[in-house]
Amino acid sequence: MTPRQQRMTLVLGVVAAVALAGFLALRAFQNNVMFYFDPTRVAAGEVKPGQRFRLGGMVVKGTLVRTPGTMDVRFAVTDYRHEVAVSYTGVLPDLFKEGTGMVADGQLDASGRFIATQVLAKHDEKYMPPALSKSLEAGKAAAAEAAAGSQP
Amino acid sequence: MWIELGHFALVLALFVAAGQAFFGLVGAAKQRLDWLPLVRASVLVQTLLTLFAGATLINAFVRNDFSVGYVADHSNSMLPMFYRVAALWGAHEGSLLLWITILALWTVAVRARMHRLPPLFAARVLGVLGLISVGFLLFTLTTSNPFLRLLPPAVDGADLNPLLQDFALAVHPPILYTGYVGFSVTFAFACAALLEGRRDHVWARWMRPWTVMSWAFLSCGIALGSWWAYYELGWGGYWFWDPVENASFMPWLTGTALIHSLAVTDKRGLFKSWTLLLAIGAFSLSLIGTFLVRSGVLVSVHSFAADPARGIFILAFLVVLIGGALALYAWRAPLLQSEAGFALLSRESFLLFNNILLVVATLVVLGGTLAPLIAETLRLGTLSVGPPYFGPAFMVPMLPALVLLGVGFHASWKRGGLQVTSRMLGVVAGVAVLLSVAILLAGYGSRKPLAYVGSALALWIIGSSLIQPIQSLRRGLRMPASVVGMTVAHIGVGLFVLGATLVESASIERDVAMKTGVSVELGGYTYRYTGGEAIEGPNYDGFRAHVTVSRGTRTVAVLAPEKRRYWVTNSVMTEAGIGAAWNRDLFVALGEDVGDGAWSLRLQYRPLIRFIWLGALIMALGGIITLRDERYRRGAQA
Repeated sequence: MTPRQQRMTLVLGVVAAVALAGFLALRAFQNNVMFYFDPTRVAAGEVKPGQRFRLGGMVVKGTLVRTPGTMDVRFAVTDYRHEVAVSYTGVLPDLFKEGTGMVADGQLDASGRFIATQVLAKHDEKYMPPALSKSLEAGKAAAAEAAAGSQP
Repeated sequence: MWIELGHFALVLALFVAAGQAFFGLVGAAKQRLDWLPLVRASVLVQTLLTLFAGATLINAFVRNDFSVGYVADHSNSMLPMFYRVAALWGAHEGSLLLWITILALWTVAVRARMHRLPPLFAARVLGVLGLISVGFLLFTLTTSNPFLRLLPPAVDGADLNPLLQDFALAVHPPILYTGYVGFSVTFAFACAALLEGRRDHVWARWMRPWTVMSWAFLSCGIALGSWWAYYELGWGGYWFWDPVENASFMPWLTGTALIHSLAVTDKRGLFKSWTLLLAIGAFSLSLIGTFLVRSGVLVSVHSFAADPARGIFILAFLVVLIGGALALYAWRAPLLQSEAGFALLSRESFLLFNNILLVVATLVVLGGTLAPLIAETLRLGTLSVGPPYFGPAFMVPMLPALVLLGVGFHASWKRGGLQVTSRMLGVVAGVAVLLSVAILLAGYGSRKPLAYVGSALALWIIGSSLIQPIQSLRRGLRMPASVVGMTVAHIGVGLFVLGATLVESASIERDVAMKTGVSVELGGYTYRYTGGEAIEGPNYDGFRAHVTVSRGTRTVAVLAPEKRRYWVTNSVMTEAGIGAAWNRDLFVALGEDVGDGAWSLRLQYRPLIRFIWLGALIMALGGIITLRDERYRRGAQA
């Protein structure tokens, strides 16, 4: 091969390799990206059956029930408009409490209960994922409006 | 009183930095050699002022001066002295001050060695560093000032985030920042070379030691951060692909590419404009990382506070600095033409592939980090991109890079061809594959294909790196420091890959509820919960459990994981119990009291996890060894 041909081979090889890498990375992206839903969108049936997603909301006070001596917990999560029941087996993060925000990965079972595979740790009690705080604010506003509307 | 003086000193530093930029850049443009002493003086004065400002803030922390807002927010009278000093960089404002201080120290280091550079080139380098300093000082003083008083003063402080109350806080941020900020020196050299319109490539040799030094610090900093996350976040992971981790990882990947392309530019005068572009890229990615983290557009473990004003400032700074550098590049880079060619199987080709693959890896990480932001902006929904994407996608460019690595450093420069026989390489590859199969089957019984690929690659790299030293030793030849360093760094890569592969494929993890006296079997080890007691520390109380780990009849570790409640912030923290050995970690973290006298525990067995951090440190060590090479120790001739 002449040096020119060699260089062309090199360039073609590089372009092909980069294209392949891009394609594989995009596929990994499509298959592994997870969407965030709040309870209202879950209630509206926006989640496809069997889809894994990330659920965010407030842990409703008084709903946290533990089966004594095991790691099974159940609780409800709200965005002040709708609630979703959640089951989880495992160690809960340090900052998990009733009345505070939480985010969990998992999927819905046939009865519409969210089976969490992972409850995400917050690292600071002041910290709130922006998506969560947004949907909570919207929910609060809607709840306040509804309350105002019911009192003539 | 002192704090006002510190504040004043920082304002002065801003003006001095502006002077440094002006005298350096304008002076060089006007060929004014007589301005050089002014540049040198402003560097020194700026550094002293910055150090003084930092000292006054440390003083405020030490003396519990809660009339200073920053101290009141991030310290407390109950906080032990050690953490009070380190709390300086425990949050946004102080960490910026650390940034500025480290930049000043790097600048002083450049100043100390500037006699090796042509005077006007040195003036330009210091001038560009002055500009960067102006930007960061302005940012700190206008949007994130740690010197502001609180009226009325707080009675006591709000305390340092308990996660940060750890030894690693004292070392991780300064070392990481030293690496990060060091790329500004590389950037300044690149800008100076472009400003001068140089057609040669001597700047590559001047730039190399600074780049390698920053890269070594960055490697150590990232490794320390990963180790900290492992034992302190409490859940036993070493890398989470969190936006802030990515923010430090992207400059590292680009910096690694830069080190390799600098080798080509220095040795052969090729890839000149590409090297300059990488130098601009590595620093730009450090800045983009800062922007992503500090502006609050991406939320992560590390984000301190969201403040739109900060975001806009950094964005503007980013546009000016990176945009300016790229414009300069577009203007001057056409001057840099390389005449020489190289063959297909030459060292140059392999290093080119190294660069392409590392840049692709950077783009993979950048894409995943920015995707949530882009989706949000385009109203495509809120999405989260985590390890399931990053893990496989990152491997796409890295696996071929590791394969080529083992061949590449045997390739000759220019004409191509291998310096070792292909039979020798075949033997090494065969041994690597057989050995990895043997280790995995005998030691771990792993069936995952990637485990075999990863460990075979790791052994391939280590084996192939060792060929040259063994040959040199046999023939009684001395290897130059640059070759020794390169070999050591690549062995570090191999050890890292081996550790990461085994941790990913052969770790065992289980969450269990345990009562006193109960045993659980995990990975051939028996974990027995033998009870616990209440504990009290200087600013917390909590519960400590005792877990005895045994193998057969032999006790191998007695672990004492803790659950702590810090009084001031009323926050709960998990302190893991870790039984470390060279070949595995036994990890126990306490969950919570689940009633009925039982506690939930997370038990883990992680093989070779120490190799991950050890590998990174050895890479850094390799970099430092190359600095001992003859070529850098001679003064540079212009």
